[in-house]
Amino acid sequence: MNLHEYQGKELLKQFGVPVQEGIVATSVEEAVEAWKTIREETGTDVVVVKAQIHAGGRGKGGGVKLAKNLDELKEHAGNILGMMLKTPQTPGGLNGPGKLVRKILIAEDSYRPDFDACEEYYVSILTDREKKCNVIIYSTEGGMEIEKVAEETPHLVHKEYVDPELGLQAFQTRKVAFNLGLSGQAFKNMTKFVAALYKAFTTSDATLFEINPCLKTPDDRIIAVDCKVSLDDNALFRHKDLEAWRDTDEEDPTEVEARKHDLNYVKLDGNVGCMVNGAGLAMATMDIIKLSGGEPANFLDVGGTADATRVEHAFRIILKDPAVKAILINIFGGIVRCDRVAQGIVDAYKNLGGVDVPIIVRLQGTNADIAKKIIDESGLQVYSAILLQEAADLVKKVLEEEVNA
Amino acid sequence: MAVLVNKDSRVIVQGFTGKEGTFHATQMIEYGTNVVGGVTPGKGGQTHLDRPVFNTVEQAVKEAGADTSVIFVPPPFAGDAIMEAAASGIKVIICITEGIPVQDMVKVKAYLEDFEDVRLIGPNCPGVITPGEAKCGIMPGFIHKPGRIGIVSRSGTLTYEAVDQVTKAGMGQSTCIGIGGDPIVGTTTKEAVELLMNDPETDGIIMIGEIGGGMEAEAARYVKEHGTKPVVGFIAGQTAPKGRKMGHAGAIIGGKDDTAAAKMKIMAECGIHVVKSPATIGETMRRVLQGEPVEG
Repeated sequence: MNLHEYQGKELLKQFGVPVQEGIVATSVEEAVEAWKTIREETGTDVVVVKAQIHAGGRGKGGGVKLAKNLDELKEHAGNILGMMLKTPQTPGGLNGPGKLVRKILIAEDSYRPDFDACEEYYVSILTDREKKCNVIIYSTEGGMEIEKVAEETPHLVHKEYVDPELGLQAFQTRKVAFNLGLSGQAFKNMTKFVAALYKAFTTSDATLFEINPCLKTPDDRIIAVDCKVSLDDNALFRHKDLEAWRDTDEEDPTEVEARKHDLNYVKLDGNVGCMVNGAGLAMATMDIIKLSGGEPANFLDVGGTADATRVEHAFRIILKDPAVKAILINIFGGIVRCDRVAQGIVDAYKNLGGVDVPIIVRLQGTNADIAKKIIDESGLQVYSAILLQEAADLVKKVLEEEVNA
Repeated sequence: MAVLVNKDSRVIVQGFTGKEGTFHATQMIEYGTNVVGGVTPGKGGQTHLDRPVFNTVEQAVKEAGADTSVIFVPPPFAGDAIMEAAASGIKVIICITEGIPVQDMVKVKAYLEDFEDVRLIGPNCPGVITPGEAKCGIMPGFIHKPGRIGIVSRSGTLTYEAVDQVTKAGMGQSTCIGIGGDPIVGTTTKEAVELLMNDPETDGIIMIGEIGGGMEAEAARYVKEHGTKPVVGFIAGQTAPKGRKMGHAGAIIGGKDDTAAAKMKIMAECGIHVVKSPATIGETMRRVLQGEPVEG
């Protein structure tokens, strides 16, 4: 689960991590109120207006603007709120439709009063899969894409691995601060910053903290100007307060609906829908669709109990996508008996009052032959298969007929 | 004897009396697995499925001689259950549970380092089966056939698919190891492949990976340096988009090394017979073993 920048900052503040202060707004009026509050605290008219969407690169698409006075604030707030913001990370990239901006963050300009006296760093924390421990990744090259820095100047990207049992040690926070070239008060502040950040990371069961830029201000404070926070979905059971921050507006509505029915669904751009039990087999089925000349329209794992209700929900979700020209159902019945699944498919099909696109059903495993008989004798317009290769061949045939029709 | 589990394994089920534990323990017993009891804290002294229930794993080890545990404990408590098994003298711990928090597994892995002879399989896996001897997990027993092909996989049903293809191609399996779909797992692809490479009862290895992480590349490098048997490989997720989690917590493309294409390339360079289609895994293994030409 991803957090908005303003939510991530709220989380960081709870652990004593200094951040660029700001107030979230959903209208120009609220933005003006926020501006007044910030002006009182900072003594300047200058603020930053930042679009709050779940995607990076917001500045590139015009989603982050400096407002030097109230008029500029109103102008930028009005423009950004309600815009379809396109960034390299929104669906389809800079050429895609973009994402609707519903909220903006009115934030202090942390670079004041002397932009040139500021330094930008990069600090992130994540779990290293190979080393099986958390790692702090940091660099003097803040404000840039870290992937690019790692590729072009790998010696400028440092990593500090943390012992899972002992946690982050003081010498490690000093190492980070020294390697970033800090001294004096800024050095001390960076060691505290890193320690607090690490504490926030583990306590909140995060999977990613990315502070970019992490700023050294003209008066030697260290603050998080931006933050990207992802939390471990599997740990949300012990973070109900954080789970309440979930913003379903940022997610694909079909994916939200699928989750309600315990279906694991990811929308893709292809023309052949699929319904599969098990994540690995679902990915493999997508690959089969591609090898058969189609493009997968989705990933969908129906889970272990592929009964009529679940199959019906899955059908409805797949059919919401107008690009779907065919559906491949691929179930490997182990503990689940194929004849039950077959009956579920027949019932769901009838409940839906028919399906307009060709359906290929491949049932393998326990009672696969009985299942094929149920499908074949149901009178439905459904192609059935038992071997995976047969299913692949049927997808090819159906797509060819589609082209010729 | 194959690897990890066999007919002499003395198996307990943690989370024995729960719904999942009961259902799958029943299936394991019906398959002929030597299930000697189970653990459910607070229900010690009772009898379940004609076997003793213990309060602690330590008791199960002392009184029933358990050496293998299959864990069906819910995610919030599963990490704890793994550590209890290790601390109590269980040597092969198979954790089926899906949904354990990553930070819990980081701690569990660090804890297990103190137990050199303990092997954890999973979590979020179908388990381990040595056909005809012991089924320690949730896989359908009947699709397996005793034989000489070892299978390593991060997936559940995709593993069954491979098993079924191997059986239909006229071969059987020595041991099938489901290592799990989480970002942090107890036994890596390389470690599982190594076990099978050193097993005199395995003639060929099928290695099924997926997007995310570097385990397949590590296994491929091992095969290149130490391989003595043919390996057939498949990577699921050739069509998966970047940055999206595909069901398994660990199946996500972050960087370019995470992609199926990158993994398939390294595997092929290391001498693994990589198949593009998951429908040809079994047939490819048959061809390789019989010296017939294969795709790619």
